[in-house]
Amino acid sequence: MENNIFELQYALDTFYFLICGALVMWMAAGFAMLEAGLVRSKNTTEILTKNVALYAVACTMYLICGYAIMYGGDIFLSTITGDGVAGAEEPATYAPSADFFFQVVFVATAMSIVSGAVAERMKLWAFLAFAVVMTGFIYPMEGSWTWGGNAVFGMYTLGDLGFSDFAGSGIVHMAGAAAALAGVLLLGARKGKYSASGAINAIPGANLPLATLGTFILWMGWFGFNGGSVLATASVESANAVAVVFMNTNAAAAGGLIAALIVARFMFGKADLTMALNGALAGLVAITAEPSTPTALQATLFGALGGALVVFSIVTMDKLKIDDPVGAISVHGVVGLLGLLLVPVTNPLTEDGGASFSGQLIGALTIFVWVFVTSLVVWGILKAVMGIRVSEQEEYDGVDLTECGMEAYPEFTQSK
Amino acid sequence: MKMITAVIKPFKLDDVREALANIGVQGVTVSEVKGFGRQKGHTELYRGAEYVVDFLPKVQLELALPDDQVDVAVDAIVSAANTGKIGDGKIFISPLEQVIRIRTGETGDEAV
Repeated sequence: MENNIFELQYALDTFYFLICGALVMWMAAGFAMLEAGLVRSKNTTEILTKNVALYAVACTMYLICGYAIMYGGDIFLSTITGDGVAGAEEPATYAPSADFFFQVVFVATAMSIVSGAVAERMKLWAFLAFAVVMTGFIYPMEGSWTWGGNAVFGMYTLGDLGFSDFAGSGIVHMAGAAAALAGVLLLGARKGKYSASGAINAIPGANLPLATLGTFILWMGWFGFNGGSVLATASVESANAVAVVFMNTNAAAAGGLIAALIVARFMFGKADLTMALNGALAGLVAITAEPSTPTALQATLFGALGGALVVFSIVTMDKLKIDDPVGAISVHGVVGLLGLLLVPVTNPLTEDGGASFSGQLIGALTIFVWVFVTSLVVWGILKAVMGIRVSEQEEYDGVDLTECGMEAYPEFTQSK
Repeated sequence: MKMITAVIKPFKLDDVREALANIGVQGVTVSEVKGFGRQKGHTELYRGAEYVVDFLPKVQLELALPDDQVDVAVDAIVSAANTGKIGDGKIFISPLEQVIRIRTGETGDEAV
């Protein structure tokens, strides 16, 4: 009987893990739609190509070596057994390959963040070359120091210092933003974004219905992102935890959207949809570091804090001439840091775990410095070897034509 | 024969088409155009940065008419497209040398 119950638990937890992984995989579609909506129509095919290709690159690189770097084992997943119980060193409550599947989609999420920030001007192949290093090495290294539990170059262990990041406000989102920031700094702003006089020009996105659909898809996928990070559902305790995480994740997104909409209304005089969308995502990023301990009200407020912060951050980035067409650095980086720092508010360090402010700061700094510096080096090498930016003429023509040779919305076509 | 080119507010297209049908106009060519007159453009806002939309969307109608139908057609367009507010558009009338119906080869008033 007891064995039957264990098998049921194993099956249910594995099933839950896989469904959550599939939800997170769907976030790749969300990023693709969001980014396609916020770029100009002449850059649509290329941003879609980047999104779908980076997902494939991330999955392949994490399979080849990323997972092994982050969690141990051999390359090509060769030591992952099909059974988490028989022959396993420590019997798990879910299938090991389900764990890989759930982890791999997070890598893709981190990489998706980069594509939006460097959109409309970065060379496709330079971007994909960076994706190989980011998903095969840079992300797995910081992942091994955090979720992997390894010491940072043998110096200190973040877990011992009171660092906690439930589903990856820092490990996934801020890491992606740090890589994006390094890329944007070496890449420069889009032509026409800033006048010679220093004025900031609007470059309106081509398709706000797509951007809105993308945000809804991300919102939905996030239930897998945070909900799956409970890692189990087949007991009263873990089922309760999953339900709280779903509830709080949703509440934070709602709070973030409302706050961003109101802040934008007061700052600009109009209800800016793109800011509202960024606000929802900021709310989600803010709660990701700890969605299991806040009350529903706290989750709403944390989300609202993220949503308000993201509007100010986007405006500030624009003033600093850090051109980020979709606001990815603000949403995932600035609010990712906020999310980490909010963890000790509801989950302070005790003997049972939790987080301390100093631990969160050290963790955030470790992740940011590692990802930013290594990304800067990789982007720099790519810039020297193959160039990372398309020519001015190519940018003017649109990267759809120059990189993909294909328009997103062709008209007046004729076969040869 | 005259060629009438009318630039009107897009949401008035149905009213104008109906008014022209009522007076027996047989055909109209319509295009979506953009432009400005005294109305000028307006400013829009995207992520906190203002930008100017100089050219506003309008609908342009082109119709070829025999001389005796021109005045009544112009009246029909004016009364149907008028809102009394700035930006209602303009009507241009120009002489038309020849009209040819491609299917039959008819020319002149027969082809209109």
